[in-house]
Amino acid sequence: MSTADGDAPLLSVEGLSKTYVSRPGFVARMAGTPDTRVQAVSDVSLQIGRGEILGLIGESGCGKSTLGRTILRLHEPTTGRVTFDGTDVTALDPAAMKAMRRRMQIIFQDPYASLNPRRTVGDIIGLPLRLHRLATSEAELRDRVTEIVERVGLKARAVDLYPHQFSGGQRQRIGIARALVSHPEFIVCDEPVSALDVSIQAQIVQLLLDLKRDMGLTYLFISHDISVIGYMADRVAVMYLGEIVEQGPVERVLSDPRHPYTQSLMSAVPEVHPQGPHKRGRVRLTGDLPSPLNPPSGCKFHTRCPLAIDACRKVTPATEGVGPGHSAACHRLSERLSLLDPDDAPAAP
Amino acid sequence: MSTAAQSPTEAATPAAATSIFRRNMRDFADNRLALVSAVVVVLFVLMALAAPLVAPHDPNATDLFRRLQPPAWMEGGSWSYPLGADALGRDILSRIIYGTRISIFIGAAVILVATTIGILAGLAAGYLRGWTDVAISRLVDILLGFPYLIFAIGLMAMMGPGLVNIILALAYKEWVIPCRVVRGETLVTRELEYVEAARALGASRGHIMLREILPNILSPVIVVSTIRMAHVIILEASLSFLGLGVQPPTASWGAMVADGRAFILESWWVSTFPGVAILLLVLAINVASQGLRDAFDPRFSE
Amino acid sequence: MTDTAASQPLLSVSGLRTVFETRAGSVFAVDGVDVNVRRGECLGVVGESGSGKSVTFSSVMGLIKPPGRIAAGEIIFDGRDLRALSPAEMRMVRGGEIAMTLQDALTALNPALTVGAQIAEMIEAHDPGLPRSEPARRRAIRTRAVEMLGLVGIPSPDERLRQYPHEFSGGMRQRIMIAIALASRPRLLIADEPTTALDVTIQAQVLELITELRTELGMSVVLITHDLGVVAEHCDRVMVMYAGQVVEEGPTAEVIADPRHPYTKGLLGSIPRIELRGQKIQPIEGQVPELIDLPPQCRFYSRCALAGADCLKPIEMRRVGPDRQARCIRTRKEVGA
Repeated sequence: MSTADGDAPLLSVEGLSKTYVSRPGFVARMAGTPDTRVQAVSDVSLQIGRGEILGLIGESGCGKSTLGRTILRLHEPTTGRVTFDGTDVTALDPAAMKAMRRRMQIIFQDPYASLNPRRTVGDIIGLPLRLHRLATSEAELRDRVTEIVERVGLKARAVDLYPHQFSGGQRQRIGIARALVSHPEFIVCDEPVSALDVSIQAQIVQLLLDLKRDMGLTYLFISHDISVIGYMADRVAVMYLGEIVEQGPVERVLSDPRHPYTQSLMSAVPEVHPQGPHKRGRVRLTGDLPSPLNPPSGCKFHTRCPLAIDACRKVTPATEGVGPGHSAACHRLSERLSLLDPDDAPAAP
Repeated sequence: MSTAAQSPTEAATPAAATSIFRRNMRDFADNRLALVSAVVVVLFVLMALAAPLVAPHDPNATDLFRRLQPPAWMEGGSWSYPLGADALGRDILSRIIYGTRISIFIGAAVILVATTIGILAGLAAGYLRGWTDVAISRLVDILLGFPYLIFAIGLMAMMGPGLVNIILALAYKEWVIPCRVVRGETLVTRELEYVEAARALGASRGHIMLREILPNILSPVIVVSTIRMAHVIILEASLSFLGLGVQPPTASWGAMVADGRAFILESWWVSTFPGVAILLLVLAINVASQGLRDAFDPRFSE
Repeated sequence: MTDTAASQPLLSVSGLRTVFETRAGSVFAVDGVDVNVRRGECLGVVGESGSGKSVTFSSVMGLIKPPGRIAAGEIIFDGRDLRALSPAEMRMVRGGEIAMTLQDALTALNPALTVGAQIAEMIEAHDPGLPRSEPARRRAIRTRAVEMLGLVGIPSPDERLRQYPHEFSGGMRQRIMIAIALASRPRLLIADEPTTALDVTIQAQVLELITELRTELGMSVVLITHDLGVVAEHCDRVMVMYAGQVVEEGPTAEVIADPRHPYTKGLLGSIPRIELRGQKIQPIEGQVPELIDLPPQCRFYSRCALAGADCLKPIEMRRVGPDRQARCIRTRKEVGA
């Protein structure tokens, strides 16, 4: 539909990093225990065009949620810059940031934890309108809340009930209504369907797509589910241990994944139709995700990569273009190897 | 195993459920012993409020002819002085009824002041973290290092007697208890997604602390505060017993127990009845607050 | 793969009803469920939360506690009626001949005991063939424990026996739970959402491990999951559950290629797939009904596009092909045509 190139992107992230430092207690510090540093996001750059859905995929602990929250400055970035519609968000003072929050919103994964159990649904959804003084009267506020409640597929009487009176899928609709009531332009969707049952997932996915079309929204859609991303997103970014290892248009990345991690992710997804066009060889990764406390040197994927060579253990690979809008970071890109092709995949060690 | 038990009940949540508070109160009402205790506490409060109407005599009226008169059912007793009279011939029952006012007023005032301070300090420490947390937490640690009664005695000695001074002397340290509870609960709650959601919407720190976090951590604070009220009542009685509390002739249970010390062998009723009153009120508050805790704090249910 | 219809099923459950008493009324979490697990097969059990899939197998394991109870039904394991066994006999079956792994490995493992101690406990409780003398016995148990950890693919099992559950990653803990479950050499392994908490690359490893061990040890496996993809890749037969009932059952490939119950069809249609880009997916509208005071009618009635007046009566399972059943009266004509 729309692409990132052409006019300026709505959101642009440059060299964003987030390091968490946890200091040991007083006694431990005296005993010489050093601070522990976890680099949750390291040097991430990406752009999202207006009206686009960028899918961000990765396994738990890869830093994808942290990236989404750091973009919104829910967590302060350690280094790097986030530009939204020409404004450097990372440099905004608190008052300007508050005003900016009306335009950038988030939908959370857990429909149980993300709604305050002591507030009525009307209070929860009306909060953004109150905070940003977007309604001139209580009556208008109620009208706007009711309107969005009905728009996300709930009954108007929902506004007087409490969150625990709703099912998981309905609660997720409440969370969506809260994010959209102030008419934002950009939404971080942080695994919004992962906690839901399969049949409810489809309802929410469809709702998010309809709302995007009707309200002209732009999504950063975070998920660990490659099928959902493949269905919804225009472009996709693949994240591993805080870094983006591959990025590009969904059709290209999923039909011709160039990074061995993307390839193994795709082969690991259990498919209902095992003969599907995206299913080829089976890659079996060995080992677990390394601890982010002590990330591997060089290419962070080398500990699990069947194609790893010496260079991978020592040198961090640079990100290279491999096609229109498609880039990846791997030392062996030029060899055009594919784990999904049985000829290229080495025998399991 | 737990999944097996949860899935059906989750599906069975009745559609017409009410607010969490009402559900908790219903659980509380199911607990008979706690309910009876709560009624006893309410009776004490009513007695304190209606003291002039309930008390048969002026609590400070002396009658030297009735000096150390025994309770009504004993030799030499009379039903117009049901629990007997003290060394100055004052009616013990009336003094106990008026003493209820002091105990409950001081208990409630101290808890109110301490809980308010504790909530604000705990929220600030738990939500703002950083140096605010360090400062408040260290102060809490230091205060916890002093023995409570000795600390209060010292303060009373410095400030001199008086109702306000008693309240201050006890509240100076008492706020530490709710503060620690609030800080702990805040540390947990601040990480929940609805708090993050409020931040994402642009809510101020004050809004998040008072409107998003506070209502969700109030239950454990209320429970702890009611339990602590029993402690405060004992402490006030102790101070009065030592002569550092409410000054005579105002009736106070602790002072009444002290008054009877000299005659404990021959006229045991002078000390015993106010002692029983302390026991009864403290016990009732404790049992009722245990019931509150069971009903309000999901961690103790089952 | 092919069923040996001649032999008796290993596990045969019929007419199972499990009820939970709540303030609001009786919840029929499982309501008239029949299950047959054949020897050596992998049966996939698919359903959403509240479908009764976990409760069904907790009932088989005798793990239902008040306020829940088994109201009716027969549970026959290898010719024995499990409901007629004494608690002591049931304990020997549970964890011995039938083993179960739970979704959340961290809470299912005892945090205070080493992994080695927990495996040893299972071996000791269920292996009558251990040597009599104490040192030989200990050595035999240890050898078996090391062997089990090696079997589930844990590197340097010798050293890791001495570690505690929290020292392992999520995938490793799931493997350890499988190792504990397999230590007694069960004939039936019930794996309740073994990979839901895991990442896809780890999930693939654990599922392949279960499939490998099944052929190696010749046991039957019940794989409880909400993920049709997992079933499609690992199970011979599938049983779809909805609101406490089985709605469809049959060979996996056939059920997926040609679903005969509208719920199965809806479930398959509601999975977003890359190939469906640009097309609208067809979600199943509405919610799973409350399991209290259900009217005697098709349970999918309120969400079904094909529902008609004749669906407002109890619907029985019907044969819809060799080895296939579905609980729908319209299954011939419209569904999956």
